[in-house]
Amino acid sequence: MPIDIDIAKVAKLARIALDDDELAGYQEQCTLILEHAERVQSVDTEGVPPTAHAFPMVNSFRDDVVEASLDRTEVLAMAPDTEEGYFRVPAILGDDGEAST
Amino acid sequence: MTGYEPVIGIETHVELTTQSKMFCGCAVEFGGEPNTRTCPVCLGLPGALPVPNREAIQGILRIGAALGCTIVEHSLFHRKNYFYPDLPKNYQISQYDVPICVDGMLEVDVHGETAKVGITRVHMEEDTGKSRHSSSSGRIHEAEHSLLDFNRSGVPLVEIVTEPDIRSPDEARAYATELQRIVRTLGVSDVRLEEGSMRFDANVSVRPVGQTAYGIRAEVKNMNSLRSLQRAIGYEIERQVAVLESGDEVVQETRHWDEASGVTTSMRSKEESEDYRYFQEPDLVPLQVDDAWQQAVRSSLPELPAVRRARYVAAGLDVPNAASLVDDEALGALFDAAVATGADAAQVGNWLTGEVVAFLRKEELDSAGGTGLRAADLVELSSMVADATVSASAAKDVLRGVLAGEGRSRQVAEQRDLIQISDTSLIEAEVDAVLAAHPDELQRMQSGDMKPLGYLVGQVMRATKGKADPKLVSELLRLKGVG
Amino acid sequence: MTDPADLTIPEAGAALRRRELTAVELLDAVLQRAAVTEAHLHAYLTIDRSGALDAAELADATLASGATPLGPLHGIPVALKDNLCTRGVETTCSSQILAGYEPPYDATVVQRLREAGAVVVGKTNLDEFAMGSSTENSAYGVTRNPWDPERVPGGSSGGSAAAVAAGSALGALGTDTGGSVRQPAALCGVVGMKPTYGLASRYGLIAFASSLDQVGPFARTVAGAVTLLEAIAGWDPKDATSIPHDVPDFSGSLDAGVAGLTIGVVEELSSDAIEPEVRAQIGAMLDRLADRGAEIVPVSIPLVDMGLSVYYLIAPAECSANLARFDGVRYGLRVDGETTEEMMANTRGEGFGAEVIRRVLLGTYALSAGYYDAFYGQAQRVRTLMRQAFTAAYDEVDVLVSATSPTTAFRIGEKTADPLTMYYSDVCSIPSNLVGDPAISLPLGLDEAGLPTAIQVMAPALGEERLFQVAAEIERLAGFTARARLATSVVTAPGASV
Ligand SMILES: [Mg+2]
Ligand SMILES: [Zn+2]
Repeated sequence: MPIDIDIAKVAKLARIALDDDELAGYQEQCTLILEHAERVQSVDTEGVPPTAHAFPMVNSFRDDVVEASLDRTEVLAMAPDTEEGYFRVPAILGDDGEAST
Repeated sequence: MTGYEPVIGIETHVELTTQSKMFCGCAVEFGGEPNTRTCPVCLGLPGALPVPNREAIQGILRIGAALGCTIVEHSLFHRKNYFYPDLPKNYQISQYDVPICVDGMLEVDVHGETAKVGITRVHMEEDTGKSRHSSSSGRIHEAEHSLLDFNRSGVPLVEIVTEPDIRSPDEARAYATELQRIVRTLGVSDVRLEEGSMRFDANVSVRPVGQTAYGIRAEVKNMNSLRSLQRAIGYEIERQVAVLESGDEVVQETRHWDEASGVTTSMRSKEESEDYRYFQEPDLVPLQVDDAWQQAVRSSLPELPAVRRARYVAAGLDVPNAASLVDDEALGALFDAAVATGADAAQVGNWLTGEVVAFLRKEELDSAGGTGLRAADLVELSSMVADATVSASAAKDVLRGVLAGEGRSRQVAEQRDLIQISDTSLIEAEVDAVLAAHPDELQRMQSGDMKPLGYLVGQVMRATKGKADPKLVSELLRLKGVG
Repeated sequence: MTDPADLTIPEAGAALRRRELTAVELLDAVLQRAAVTEAHLHAYLTIDRSGALDAAELADATLASGATPLGPLHGIPVALKDNLCTRGVETTCSSQILAGYEPPYDATVVQRLREAGAVVVGKTNLDEFAMGSSTENSAYGVTRNPWDPERVPGGSSGGSAAAVAAGSALGALGTDTGGSVRQPAALCGVVGMKPTYGLASRYGLIAFASSLDQVGPFARTVAGAVTLLEAIAGWDPKDATSIPHDVPDFSGSLDAGVAGLTIGVVEELSSDAIEPEVRAQIGAMLDRLADRGAEIVPVSIPLVDMGLSVYYLIAPAECSANLARFDGVRYGLRVDGETTEEMMANTRGEGFGAEVIRRVLLGTYALSAGYYDAFYGQAQRVRTLMRQAFTAAYDEVDVLVSATSPTTAFRIGEKTADPLTMYYSDVCSIPSNLVGDPAISLPLGLDEAGLPTAIQVMAPALGEERLFQVAAEIERLAGFTARARLATSVVTAPGASV
């Protein structure tokens, strides 16, 4: 299939601010790479399951035990902006309330 | 809304009350100082990795089994990608095309009719942090900035999705209520709607009666109580019918329920349609729940509410009373303990759902657990009725005294002077006295007219201050009067 | 006397235990070497002098007390790639977005090195977020090759490879997602190894592509690499993908030789695309291995040709999610905006370099609605076929060999204009990441330009012992003792030796 990347839409999904020149450059490079990578479509994979893990394992769990959390002072010291024990960010657009879970 | 049929599906999120979070060792608690229960994993620090909590998996399996689901032997975690500041990694670890439980069913009672609600899936995920919006209204649109607390980030979250099987706001509420009962019975969550440990979203559409295709649906969010779930769905149905009646189309969108104004409003529409770019979580390995594990889960389930209700009905309670014993766990426990020790089931059921519930309502108590009533009080009282120590009506007085903290059953009966006169000779004397004082009535009875009997019984009862057994009095009057 | 900075890990360990050398003296030698070489190489982003000195003094105190049996890494100065979290020591992934970021915890592999008594000298340069094959994509400047400062050290773990080659560390850790340990090891004339996926913990390794990333050791000898791997390997309850498997003693068969073993030569990685001199030296080595009793057989794995394509779908897809957390909210860079959405986009637009943005966009696209199945999904299925093909190959042979890199060290700037040319640098190393198997690169000799050549040995999953057995024999046969020009010239420089 022809590679036709809506690069502005992709950049928005990836939350990266880019100007038009940058977008054009990335569009060209990503198209080239995908045209190469597209070769995977020539392989017959009928009935082949996908591999997500190179070393197959199941059921890796931890016990339900409480461990020490980080000290809040240390946590907030990393943050660009804080207020009264919270991380502070500019106004949030989008949904009213919390993100969907 | 005649002519239209609502079609409703509900998505429920339940926070599990494990000791520690889903993928890290931070404690699971409600409230507290912000950002005091975080670590590299639940803060999404670079390099941190998730490791699933075995107990949370056990919890979701119990929920799935209780909802009659098929437990999927091999299931997968996926990443659900979207940017939101309360989501530390900007992806949520969730399940996508292979959830852990599928194809369940919940039967709910809607005004005496049984409705079946299909459960599409039950899957495991992690909760987000919480954002607070600094503005006078608390509404996000007016906020100049927002504050983030990640204490809730990573709390184990179970999502339960129904088929679009629900047909009315009442049915939606009945479903939500029954689901809450089940999860509470399982003991895996405290299911507190006001604290957000149980949250509902509703997908609502309407279609002309007789049409098989679904209408365009809206997703309604922000219902914080069972009542608001019911109200919000009711409002949304009316709104959509009005839209269609006016010749317009319903817009597929997310709508926000406002409890105060009782309406749903369109949320800022997203510029891009959601594209979550799900892919299998490479930091986690697949779940494998083999037969032995599935069997262990199923056999560990407690008696579920529906089974328990049926048991109470079989014991002689009517359906509403059976339901109220199930709804208040303490009430049910009192019943079970009292009946197990030999108390009369129907009688104890009537006391609990009558006098005790009335008392709870008057005192504004949530549960019989908040009273001093013990199963032993009910057993004692029941045996006092059985051996005619107190009359059935006096027993209710005794119960009120026990609930008021006046003492144990026998003690209260004595203090309130409610012990029946069981000495026949004392009653005989009163019967003789009453007959002597009412020759006309005696005459009529002797000539075959039994109408005055009730009046005479009343006279004897009054003379004994109600402590005589009325049946015995009646028999004696008959015997002595008519012969 | 030899400059202690030129000792191998086993040599230095022996000298420490014989009390001929203290850990502080060894650290001093390494720091002095760095003081001279860093101006040319820029292998390090951070040198943690005080932390290293504390660790060396502690190592000496433990040595003096004679209380506990000390491991082979006790007192050994090592360098860490700057995508491994170090508590309280800046960890940047060579990105502006993490400038000044000090993690509140140590990566498990770092913790294990410290527990083994190793002395952490500092953090080494890399291609930003480990995305690159030349260490030119660093926000903090390029690292140069100690054999020729006009050339790249390879990448992405170029700083770690250069430090070990130059003697500014005796050993180092890197990370290998598509060859990022082995390829720079090849270009810098040192040993670099990628373990079986899941053998070493990834906890505290800042993820690039989670299903491919592995931490691996650099050393000047196979034995040194074995020592480092034995310290870091083993199950970690904090990494759900780490293998719950007892780690065997990898050093047990280093002297066993290759007699009776079957060595497969991957035909698809022996083509004309591999530099003739590299091919010739590999061919000569195979002849000598045959002389030592190994059976050399050609093996064809046609799907190897798909490796790059599969890799450039899977790795960007995973990285697009892994790097989403760098959003200016909780740590690292923030570039302001009117709204949080704008702030995040501005932060990411300015904080990430071009190669990172390219891969994040590529991965976002490959996962998005309508494209998933044709790109990411298909890549995952081809990956399954590749695993099956390698498994089948290992039914016939004990190990596989190929070049590590199609070329020796290339010039700085030579491949930066064309991403695809750069990506081709990893053509030989990528298959092992896709199939999850261990692989090692070790130097064979020098080419006509005086640049190191290298061979790669691959083994089936958890076949490390066999891998090291063959590598050790190749190392003996190659007898590679040449030192990087920068390392030898500074040793003779006035005032540079201890
Ligand atoms: Mg959800
Ligand atoms: Zn945590």
